[in-house]
Amino acid sequence: MEKQRDTISYKVIQNQSTIALQNIPVLEYGKFYAEVIALMQHEHNHCVTYYAYPTTGKLHFICCIADDKAHDIKILSHEVMESEKLQLISITREVYAFHIFEREIAENFGVEFIYQPWDKPVRYAFNRANQQKVINNYPFYKIQSEELHEVGVGPIHAGVIEPGHFRFLCNGETVLHLEIQLGWQHRGVEDTYLEKSSLIQRTVLSESIAADTAVGHTSAFAGVMESLGGILIPDRLHIERTIGLELERIAMHIGDLSNMCIGLAYQLGASVFGALRTPTINYSQLWCGNRFGKGLIRVGGSHYPLTPELIESLAKFLDNFEGRFKTMSNKLFSLPSALMRIENIGTVSTTQMQLIGAVGMAARMSGIKRDLRKSHPTVGYALQEYDPIFDLTTGDVWARAMLRKLEIEKSIEYIRGLIKKLQLITEDTPKPVSQGSLSLSPSSFSISLVEGWRGEICHSAVTSAEGQIMHYKVKDPSVHNWMALALSLRDLEISDFPINNKSYNLSYCGHDL
Amino acid sequence: MIMLFEEIHILKQHGKQFIADITAPQLPGPFKGRPEISLEKIDEDALASLCPTGAIGKSPVSIDMGKCVMCGECSFAYPSKIKFTKDYKIATNVRERLIVKEGDVHPIMIDENKIRKEIQSLFGRSLKLREISAAGANADEAELNACGNVNFDMGRFGIDFLASPRHCDGIAITGPISQNMSEAVQVCYDAVPDPKLIILVGTDAISGGIHAGSGALNRSFLESHAIDLYVPGNPPHPLTFVNGILELIRKKKK
Repeated sequence: MEKQRDTISYKVIQNQSTIALQNIPVLEYGKFYAEVIALMQHEHNHCVTYYAYPTTGKLHFICCIADDKAHDIKILSHEVMESEKLQLISITREVYAFHIFEREIAENFGVEFIYQPWDKPVRYAFNRANQQKVINNYPFYKIQSEELHEVGVGPIHAGVIEPGHFRFLCNGETVLHLEIQLGWQHRGVEDTYLEKSSLIQRTVLSESIAADTAVGHTSAFAGVMESLGGILIPDRLHIERTIGLELERIAMHIGDLSNMCIGLAYQLGASVFGALRTPTINYSQLWCGNRFGKGLIRVGGSHYPLTPELIESLAKFLDNFEGRFKTMSNKLFSLPSALMRIENIGTVSTTQMQLIGAVGMAARMSGIKRDLRKSHPTVGYALQEYDPIFDLTTGDVWARAMLRKLEIEKSIEYIRGLIKKLQLITEDTPKPVSQGSLSLSPSSFSISLVEGWRGEICHSAVTSAEGQIMHYKVKDPSVHNWMALALSLRDLEISDFPINNKSYNLSYCGHDL
Repeated sequence: MIMLFEEIHILKQHGKQFIADITAPQLPGPFKGRPEISLEKIDEDALASLCPTGAIGKSPVSIDMGKCVMCGECSFAYPSKIKFTKDYKIATNVRERLIVKEGDVHPIMIDENKIRKEIQSLFGRSLKLREISAAGANADEAELNACGNVNFDMGRFGIDFLASPRHCDGIAITGPISQNMSEAVQVCYDAVPDPKLIILVGTDAISGGIHAGSGALNRSFLESHAIDLYVPGNPPHPLTFVNGILELIRKKKK
């Protein structure tokens, strides 16, 4: 433990907890800058959120750094008067992972970050500070050569997927650099949290941030609301939610393996993994009526308790799935024609991923031991310890595929353990809380981290003196990980782009909000 | 030879996956399809205020499936007033038909008289679509992809999604249409040769869903173009989409 200092630079809080705004240290920027850089020197620390929100005449900046070793979160802040010049020295030139946070703050509020090496728009939010900047006029990197060429793809892609623009700078077939331009999906989600203020509206909104992660994002949202509302939920509900999260992981991982087989033109794998996804999401429908788990997560309770009958069909589903998955995945990972397309392709190093602040799968496939289920477990993951897949280091397409295989196997075992725990609990699952019975802690900040199937989801809220939410912040893991895809493409043949893109399967709408 | 045995084993384990009669499956679990609203008297204001998207109308009580996000909040609070049936055949070509009123128990149908003549004669056996995700959250898109998988296999009816709008007969839009995608939607639609269809897939596309009213949207494309099919759902089940398309493009035996 560090010694208590004369002036406290940061406060230590836990995941899914609330702190009074007045207890968050407000530092002078020079001190904030030095403190953040000092904290970020440790490999076990990474920044989970850094953002600004306005009040009358002031811009407040909140920064949360998760400590994987101490299993807690360091919170610190600074502020700028809007009458002052909105100019700050960039942290990015010292800590690359801050690029996305600073760019977002610059875009939303017109703050100029001096020495920011990559001062580019993030998503062209509708209420951005500079309306002169428009999405069709993005400042792409240019090449000054007659021998090199550019390839532009998107925003509409060949397949049935979300929109984004990819600009490749190429030397013949080889990609020198890939620049990814996002923002096409921007729906103003964070503002909608304030405009639509009923509990069910906010819950439904959470389900549609990235609907392929409905359980993940809504669990993070519920974590914020339950912490602010002081609602204690029983173990049974925690376990049910955790099962929901792991089922979502299995469903998305198996779908990704199918898509990767399509990328390899391996029909058998594509069909079998695709067909295995069907019973997975159909189980979700059996449980809560929706194949994407919409409706499953509600603040304070659930409309769909996991009944003994449902538990029985869950166990049956897992047994059936496991056998079919094993034969197909063994086949895929011993097939030379598949392996030659994924081994040593799109490789990124541990250092690169550390520098960009990669989270979730993008971290674990490249040798970074980062998993919130272990480092900052929510109650469900604390009730039954989760032992993450930390032994993959190669950072190539193979590692990203293998990580999914291993995580699917792990999740099956893990859910079986949770089922056993659930059967020992006799209490009932509570009903969701009603709008009227929820009163939020006033003048507070709350943060909720959840390891979704892609990685770290971070939701945080600031409440007013009247206990109303006055600012809501969402961070999808893709915010960090898009840079990993760009790095994977360097010096790679452009024809390897699709398999790399599928191997990350990042969220466009989660990034664009 | 040994390798081949492995593959035969996988195929055998895998079995037949396709749904033989796409119009017939019963869906498991508490699936929410077409609602039925009883004539029971309740506090209409209280009921309507529960709905996150303003889909519930008053006097008579109604649910607009073009706005409904299927959260079920109304049916949890008023179980004897509102029931969601498992009827997934809820696509139609007339926007007003998506509004289910109290007492209605009939299925949501396509209005045969409003189908443009050329649709059934030209596309009845082959319909190629360009999908445009315009701020869709990836559930609508995933379900459209599922329509082509080994289970639903809409390719057998000649329905496919293609990469180039030049090769397509129409567009399917998912998502509430962001300002940032609005120009791309128009450009893509213009690139599809005439005659062409427009299909709105999912509650977000039909009404904006939970995002309706956001300053980040630009839905002006929909104001200036006629819509050929509305496919409601959050997201629409693949069976809703495939059956809706088949109803639209296939000639009915008289």
